[in-house]
Amino acid sequence: MSKVKIKVISRNPDEYLRATKRDIHKLPRNYDPSLHPLEAPREYVRAMNAVKLERVFAKPFIGNLDGHRDGVSSLAKHPSRLSVLTSGAFDGEIRQWDLAVKKCTRNFVAHEGWVRALCYTPDGETFTSVGDDKTIKTWKSEVRSPDDEEPISTLLSMSVVSGITHHRNKPIFATCGEHCQLWEKTRNEPVKVFKWGVDSLHHVSFNQVEYNLLASCASDRSVILYDCRESGPLRKVVMELRSNALSWNPMEAFIFTVANEDYNLYTFDVRKLKQPVNIHMGHTSAVIDVDYAPTGRELVAGSYDKTIRIFESLKGNSRDVYHTKRMQRLTCVKWTLDNKYILSGSDEMNIRMWKARASEKLGVLKPRERTALNYSDSLKEKFANHPQVKRIARHRHVPKHILNAQKEIKTIKDKTKRKEGNRRAHSKPGTVPFVAERQKHIVKEDE
Amino acid sequence: MKHPKKKEHNKRYFDKNEKKPEDNGESKDNQVKVYNIKITPNLIKANKFKNKDTFNAIRPKKNKKFEGKAPIDPEKLEVHSRGEGVGKGVRHPLHAEKLRKRERKYNYAQEQAARAEILLTEGQGGLEVEEGGKTTAISQKIIAENVDITAASKIFELNLGFGPYQAKYSRNGRHLLLGSKKGHLAAFDWFTKKLHFEINVMESIHDISWLHTETMVAAAQKEWLYMYDNTGTEIHCIKKMDKILRMEFLPYHFLLAAVNEFGFMTWLDISVGEIVGHYNNRLGRTAVMAQNPYNATLCIGNSKGVVSLWSPTVKDPLAKILCHKTPVTALAVDNRGMYMATSGVDRSMKIWDIRHLDGPIQDYRLRSAPVDLEFSQKDMLAVGLDEVVEIYNNCCTKTTEKPYLRHRMAKAINNFKFCPYEDVLGIGTTNGFTSIIVPGSGEPNFDALESNPFQNKKQRKEAEVKALLDKIPAELITLNPLDITEVDVLSMQEQMEAKKKLLYLKPKKMDFTPRHKKKGKTNIARKKIIKEVARKDFVEKAKEAKKLLNLQEEQKAKKPSFGVLDRFVPTVKTKKQ
Repeated sequence: MSKVKIKVISRNPDEYLRATKRDIHKLPRNYDPSLHPLEAPREYVRAMNAVKLERVFAKPFIGNLDGHRDGVSSLAKHPSRLSVLTSGAFDGEIRQWDLAVKKCTRNFVAHEGWVRALCYTPDGETFTSVGDDKTIKTWKSEVRSPDDEEPISTLLSMSVVSGITHHRNKPIFATCGEHCQLWEKTRNEPVKVFKWGVDSLHHVSFNQVEYNLLASCASDRSVILYDCRESGPLRKVVMELRSNALSWNPMEAFIFTVANEDYNLYTFDVRKLKQPVNIHMGHTSAVIDVDYAPTGRELVAGSYDKTIRIFESLKGNSRDVYHTKRMQRLTCVKWTLDNKYILSGSDEMNIRMWKARASEKLGVLKPRERTALNYSDSLKEKFANHPQVKRIARHRHVPKHILNAQKEIKTIKDKTKRKEGNRRAHSKPGTVPFVAERQKHIVKEDE
Repeated sequence: MKHPKKKEHNKRYFDKNEKKPEDNGESKDNQVKVYNIKITPNLIKANKFKNKDTFNAIRPKKNKKFEGKAPIDPEKLEVHSRGEGVGKGVRHPLHAEKLRKRERKYNYAQEQAARAEILLTEGQGGLEVEEGGKTTAISQKIIAENVDITAASKIFELNLGFGPYQAKYSRNGRHLLLGSKKGHLAAFDWFTKKLHFEINVMESIHDISWLHTETMVAAAQKEWLYMYDNTGTEIHCIKKMDKILRMEFLPYHFLLAAVNEFGFMTWLDISVGEIVGHYNNRLGRTAVMAQNPYNATLCIGNSKGVVSLWSPTVKDPLAKILCHKTPVTALAVDNRGMYMATSGVDRSMKIWDIRHLDGPIQDYRLRSAPVDLEFSQKDMLAVGLDEVVEIYNNCCTKTTEKPYLRHRMAKAINNFKFCPYEDVLGIGTTNGFTSIIVPGSGEPNFDALESNPFQNKKQRKEAEVKALLDKIPAELITLNPLDITEVDVLSMQEQMEAKKKLLYLKPKKMDFTPRHKKKGKTNIARKKIIKEVARKDFVEKAKEAKKLLNLQEEQKAKKPSFGVLDRFVPTVKTKKQ
């Protein structure tokens, strides 16, 4: 036993303890799996906690903009400034807001009767409003002198104007009313008029990517596509009930979504109007307005059932539903251009600000906070399909009238399904075909 | 727009070249504007996707000294592996791509974890002797002489006079708890030898255990279970848990599992004080229990030689293995939940593959029946034989002839525990406690977020809160801890039940009685039946075959012969196809 080499674990505490109280603690790590047993159940528990905390922190309502003396009829977001919002009301008043301080910066009566629609020019210098008094007025965005209070130009339309939208880069805008009209800034008469045998159109929207394309919703239940370079409209699709509003996907130029009276939203592909790409269900009353997130991945819808729902553009059911006791019928919704907030205008004169992701923390995140949130996000994703996790993540408290309406809708759906099933079972095979939900709501496509 | 203005003042590329005779041919082409632009990394980045060829041209040559990342030892990769991927099982191209992406991430994580091993500061302990020499005979005295003074101080002995002692280390290896048959209970920080408390409970103590932190201990006394804090104050007396023989604390579930004299097993959730499982195991009195740290099940060995695995929510054993034909005397499961060591009265010690409930992998014959068995963090096995502790190295995968170390004492062993994150074995004996050094037994590098021997009070509190947040519910104790990540496939019956709920569909009638295939349990009667059926089958087939043969023969035989007149028999013409 003369030559023995012995090595034993002998730790010097100085290497493991911090030198002064101002240092951070030393945390040696060892990723050997045998030191971290029960990995899967521990991750599961963490995922459960994460999803619970997400629900705990889900407080989407930020504040409201109070000032209008009648219901808010339309909203317009500034194309380049996040804090500027313009809103029009049913009494013809237009207000400009500073969202950061939640204050009204300017208000004036623009029209007699409703302010039907508002839109900014792409440079953000001016905005245009249309009202029930058949006028199209252009205003300066910023008031530097008393002259700026007056409209830059006032155009008189022959017929009622109910919607307006601006071309992405040309000084052209389109209005709708009896017909879809194309205007140039410098002229008093419309440059082009698109007619397709309908009595009235109530919403029109330019595609911001494929910028010569525009679409409008007509009261004969159709959605019509136009090309502003051509003389006539392109195509239209007729649905079972009328569509109230339309929004183009800002990232996928050929996709648009319409908010329909039959409680659903329909996403269409321009190239194939015969059948919607997706149906977004969940509202319990007519959907009034819709707007896409700037990412094109999500969309927000405001409904007559006094709730806002957020949908993922590829999914049929809503991701989230927002409501308050005081919020009445929604008239307009907008998704801000920083993809963080949602603005909603409703019947009871208020404009509300919401977070787009209900449990998101506002403000700067510290690195550790950020990593912790990332970690819990990936855990939530990993365990998303576990029944317990899913249940918690999906659950939303909704007001009683919504709950009852949902139940009613479900019974109606079940009834029709059952009846159809019975009919199929008791008739000759093949006579009662299965019709896809996506085909049910489309009447026809015209060219 | 800015560039051309700036460059007007500068000399142009072709201006300069005109003076040089070599480049005359190219410089004649004055229509092409060439700017003398300095190549910056930003520019390279900007041009990266515009033109690949030019990018390649301006990219600096590869530095041969740096060939890229260092290769990783495949063995280390294997350690951090989370198993093989799904492979080509997914048909849908989108999902296959998604899966491929995810697997790439997992592989990256595995690689990074393996690479991070270079950052580990401590090396594993060990013994080295001359070739052919044996380590068995190296005594503690020699070890003490050859190691540094702080390590040598870990060899010590406490002579205490209250009968056989039990010893247990806290989870971070810093604290030691001693409890004796005659009621002596003491806890201390054994690094600094600072005593937390020392009391005599005036009752016999059957087992002791640390709870989740070193501020609380549990002692199974003569009648009931008591809990003390680190000053020795009694904080709980749990009368529902009585006459306990053995206890184990499951740290991730916050469960104190115990088995009592009558075979009742109890799991107590110490965070809320709720009993989550309480039933009789119907094994009779047994004091041989160990926990499987891999899946937090309890292993109990009984007097019939059967080792059974238990979870709090299932009242029957999850699995049973017949390990010995004699009563089981001791039982230990290794840290990774791969091997189980059992020993019987017949002086045999067997190693089992506990994941496959398979084995024995190794079968050893010892001098006497072991009192206790214990695996260290680095898979050394300590075997207590009356007054001798033998430590075996690598005894699971291959048969070892000689023990790695042998320590002889002049007193009977009661129990022993390896100290986590130290090369130390603590032995509770009939008259005290002995601490010996076993080089290479402990994990040299601890993970401070899991258990930290050097943590202070604040860190301890923080870790306690974190651990409570991650408390695993008792229902998740199963044989395979990865069960929770598996896909739950509905059974046929459940699927049909779900279909029935759809009102508008008439359910199909189906016979659900499942066939319980008894794997490997064919009895002789059944075998006979199978043989009989096979025989009958064969006979039937043979008969049929014979018939066929006969038919052909008959057909041949049926042609009667008319002698010369045969030529008038009409021949049947076969149709041409």
